[in-house]
Amino acid sequence: MFIINCPYCGERDQTEFSCGGEAHIERPKQPTELSDDQWAEYLFMRKNIKGVQFERWNHAHGCRKWFNMVRDTSNDKIQAVYKMGEKPPVK
Amino acid sequence: MSKNLRINKNNFIDQTTRISFKFNGQKLFGYKGDTLASALLANNIHLVGRSFKYHRPRGIMTCGSEEPNAIVQIGNDPSFTDPNVRATEIELYEGLDASSQNCWPSVNFDIGGINNFLSPLLPAGFYYKTFMWPASFWEKYEYFIRHSAGLGKSPTKSDPDIYDHQYSHCDVLVVGGGISGIISAKLSAEKGLDTILIDDKSFLGGSTIFQENECYKINSVNSNKWLANEIESLKNYPNLLIKNRTSLAAFHGYNYLLARENLTDHLSINERKGKVRQRLWKIRAKKVIIASGSIERPLIFSNNDRPGIILSSSIKKYIDYYGVKTGENISLFTNNDTAYETAISLYKSGVKVNVIVDIRKNSDSLIVKEALDLGLKVLWESTVVDTQGYKRIKSFEVMKLSDDGNNVVGDRSKYNCDCLGISGGWTPMVHLFTQSGGKLKFRNDDNVFIPDENKTPSNQISVGSCNGEFKLNEIVVNTIENLKSFLSLSNSCYDGIKIICPDEKSKRNIWLLPSDKPIGKTKPFLDFQNDSTAKDVKLALREGFKSIEHVKRYTTTGMGTDQGKLSNMHALGIIADTTGTNMGELGTTTFRPPYTPLTFGAIVGRNVGEFFDHTRKTAIHNWHVKNKAEFENVGQWKRPWYFPKNGENMHQAVQRESKAARDSAGILDASTLGKIDIQGTDASEFLNRIYTNTWSKLEIGKCRYGLMLNEDGMVYDDGVTTRLGENHYIMTTTTGGAANVLSKLEDYLQTEWPELDVYLTTVTDQYSTISICGPNSKKILAKIVPGLDLSDNNFPHMSFKNTKISNVNCRIMRISFTGEHSYEINIQSNYAEDVWIKCMEAGKEFNLTPYGTETMHLLRAEKGFIITGQDTDGTLTPSDLQMDWIIGKKKFDFIGKRSLYRSDTIREDRKQLVGLLTEDPKEVLEEGAQLVENINKKPIEMLGHVTSSYFSPNLNKSIALAVVKSGKKLKGKKLIVPMENKNINVTITDTVFYDKENKRLNA
Ligand SMILES: [Zn+2]
Repeated sequence: MFIINCPYCGERDQTEFSCGGEAHIERPKQPTELSDDQWAEYLFMRKNIKGVQFERWNHAHGCRKWFNMVRDTSNDKIQAVYKMGEKPPVK
Repeated sequence: MSKNLRINKNNFIDQTTRISFKFNGQKLFGYKGDTLASALLANNIHLVGRSFKYHRPRGIMTCGSEEPNAIVQIGNDPSFTDPNVRATEIELYEGLDASSQNCWPSVNFDIGGINNFLSPLLPAGFYYKTFMWPASFWEKYEYFIRHSAGLGKSPTKSDPDIYDHQYSHCDVLVVGGGISGIISAKLSAEKGLDTILIDDKSFLGGSTIFQENECYKINSVNSNKWLANEIESLKNYPNLLIKNRTSLAAFHGYNYLLARENLTDHLSINERKGKVRQRLWKIRAKKVIIASGSIERPLIFSNNDRPGIILSSSIKKYIDYYGVKTGENISLFTNNDTAYETAISLYKSGVKVNVIVDIRKNSDSLIVKEALDLGLKVLWESTVVDTQGYKRIKSFEVMKLSDDGNNVVGDRSKYNCDCLGISGGWTPMVHLFTQSGGKLKFRNDDNVFIPDENKTPSNQISVGSCNGEFKLNEIVVNTIENLKSFLSLSNSCYDGIKIICPDEKSKRNIWLLPSDKPIGKTKPFLDFQNDSTAKDVKLALREGFKSIEHVKRYTTTGMGTDQGKLSNMHALGIIADTTGTNMGELGTTTFRPPYTPLTFGAIVGRNVGEFFDHTRKTAIHNWHVKNKAEFENVGQWKRPWYFPKNGENMHQAVQRESKAARDSAGILDASTLGKIDIQGTDASEFLNRIYTNTWSKLEIGKCRYGLMLNEDGMVYDDGVTTRLGENHYIMTTTTGGAANVLSKLEDYLQTEWPELDVYLTTVTDQYSTISICGPNSKKILAKIVPGLDLSDNNFPHMSFKNTKISNVNCRIMRISFTGEHSYEINIQSNYAEDVWIKCMEAGKEFNLTPYGTETMHLLRAEKGFIITGQDTDGTLTPSDLQMDWIIGKKKFDFIGKRSLYRSDTIREDRKQLVGLLTEDPKEVLEEGAQLVENINKKPIEMLGHVTSSYFSPNLNKSIALAVVKSGKKLKGKKLIVPMENKNINVTITDTVFYDKENKRLNA
């Protein structure tokens, strides 16, 4: 169980958070203009890689804020946390 | 049989306090400080159990948590009995009652022992190979397997003991109280760090504390005396917490560790009363120092499992620590120097070791010299090839090793004994290190896996023998030096420490010792608990298993409750030798938590019974209790299910309640519905985007039903939302969906539409909701709020009014989930019970009848209103539910809109919601029952299933909702509901059964 540095609250135990899956998948502005395949790409396709992954997290039992996290899924090392709308600080 | 093998030694055992205990019904005595194992050995009892597969007699083999054989059942009380307890770990207490496991009728005569003679028929994978076919026989096999397998017996009654959880945060956690752990704890505490030291034993000091050998000196005193002083000095640190009898169970990432503290298992039954039995520590440490030590390896030769064959270091502990002789005619068998320490300890306690069999060519270390000087006989370059004795070893046979060690030469010579000590070298306990994510490296030198310092997670360090340091000087000096950098110390209280210890140079390791017999005729046990032999491992390799993980599962090596602490290295070694692989490339199996088994009690702690989960009760709950409601769990909520009167059953109560609601008036506590207060200048736009229908044109003071979809187009939640002001709405959600809806809305607001000015607040608990429905509801409300104009003109269906009941502000919505003229009173929760009682009083003359969830479900089903989560299951679109009317087709976008015309969602043969009527109007269908058209054509095609089903007293017939393939087009079609004993004929109908014209809403 890792410790997550909520950008609003500071370090808290992982049990206070919930993971919202892959980050930086923007909801299409005009879904009606997308083909079935394009919409399915947005709707269903998510990466699940061993290595550095960009994820959305929610401080569900805390400030209830959503934020982004860069985590290495192979060792759970958190490389960065940053607020929604901010550019990822690492590549 | 009954002999006293105790020598007079009072250092650690209090031989003035005698303790009586029972083993297999026999009354015996031991002393305070004994473990069950040491007390049994003092009574000359070695045979404690039978092995898992062959039911071979097995004895105490070790003195610690690695014990594979001596696992016993404690007590026989149906609540307190404890299975699979290691006799080597449990401390003796007055009245301890232990018995052997895995044997029937007794450990001395065990019918399962026949398996031993059948063992040629029970090779590795026997269960897999034999019981897999024919498949229809499985049930018969299962009966046999379940009765012949298994270890202890579970308690049959619930556990009355108290268990605790405690969180702890510290700077440094030291795991293990041996010499390196003690040094670590002192260095950390000395630096002023908040330190916790845990050790699984009742005493600190590990094996050094009873090392009386003069060859080991620290600063000119014997190492045991030096260490005793160090332990004493730990008392001076208020920042050091020492936890004995505490075993580390798991080491998770980010230095999060679980440890189980035993608080009462060593006390007599009377002393335990009212005390917490075990405490699970959840420790978050800034730094972790692992000092978990090492365990001795056995040697692998034929019949190496007989009672009386004990690890040499354990024999030493039994004599030096417990003052117990493990036999009167002891011999030793070794591949390293440590057995000689055992021989010297025994000699000093008056037991002369008969012979030491050593596979090495020689050794010139100090300790060996000392043993030879004492006149002990050593058989160099020799190996034990076999042993004799059924319930206790009687003799062993020795042969000379060939030069390369692959064969034996010459003749067998036989030696009598009643105890054989075996010493195969040492295995660092790296379990915790690997659990935490650390990677191991192999040291060819002495065949050990040790932590790879380059692949160690940050903020942890392994010290002492768990780090592969086995010599006293290495252990002490390296621990000090490594900790100085780990804890950033410029100097330490140990600087300049002087250590004298013997040096072992001669090394030889043979994983599977050779024999003069072919391997098929031998029984060299690897995993003593699971009865797997070196033969089994070789067979698995011959059958094509290559991965160590596969070999492990196929042969069950290392899969017992000891997790193969003794067997893993030999299994790896034999695989490496057989396949010609380097052990380092082979790798190890994965060590998983817990390190030693945990009780369920410790895992759940106080979260049992009513503390298992939160219980949510509405503000009117007490009234429901007083009025004899039966309750239903809806999520965490307790909701009145029905209100039985005069011994009614559920069916009778529901029929009465639902009739009353339609004939006159009914009242429902709807407080559990989720309520979300929505404010902000973009509130209307927000609702437009999350609901399928249009909200911007909703007038202030009006209510509207909304359907919420997931982005995949499937119905997610529904409820009525009311516009309280220009920029103010209150949304209701389903009871079960309240929390999820709120977090989903927050998610969209924060991540997709941060530009919207909208604020969400949950007010589910703050407001209670009382729903009054039925043709007389208006008259009842008029009595409660006499000043309010209830005319359809002023207060039409789907509108709301702010008003007061007895000076308390409330919101009354005229909305209906039953199809009746009805009102929902929303009031601050602390006034809710009072208002409810007022309603009941006002409604008395109209037979106002309280009803529960069951009647609510029935009434809405009569009207064909869905319950999300009951009639929907996350695979139905609004169109599937025949609710196309609620889709705002002209809207630019809303959550899920695009998905409503994916190729899959526009299929016409999707499952769609329909009504069902049974041919026999009295026949009530079972919810979940399948619907089929043709039962003769096999395989029978399943067309759908029943989602809701009731007997309607208002229609006097059975009604049901169902989802059916292409259901929309099938109105009037006859289908069959096949049940176990009959087929029920049904007809597909419209979903609305009652008051299709909605006349009653304005009645
Ligand atoms: Zn936060």
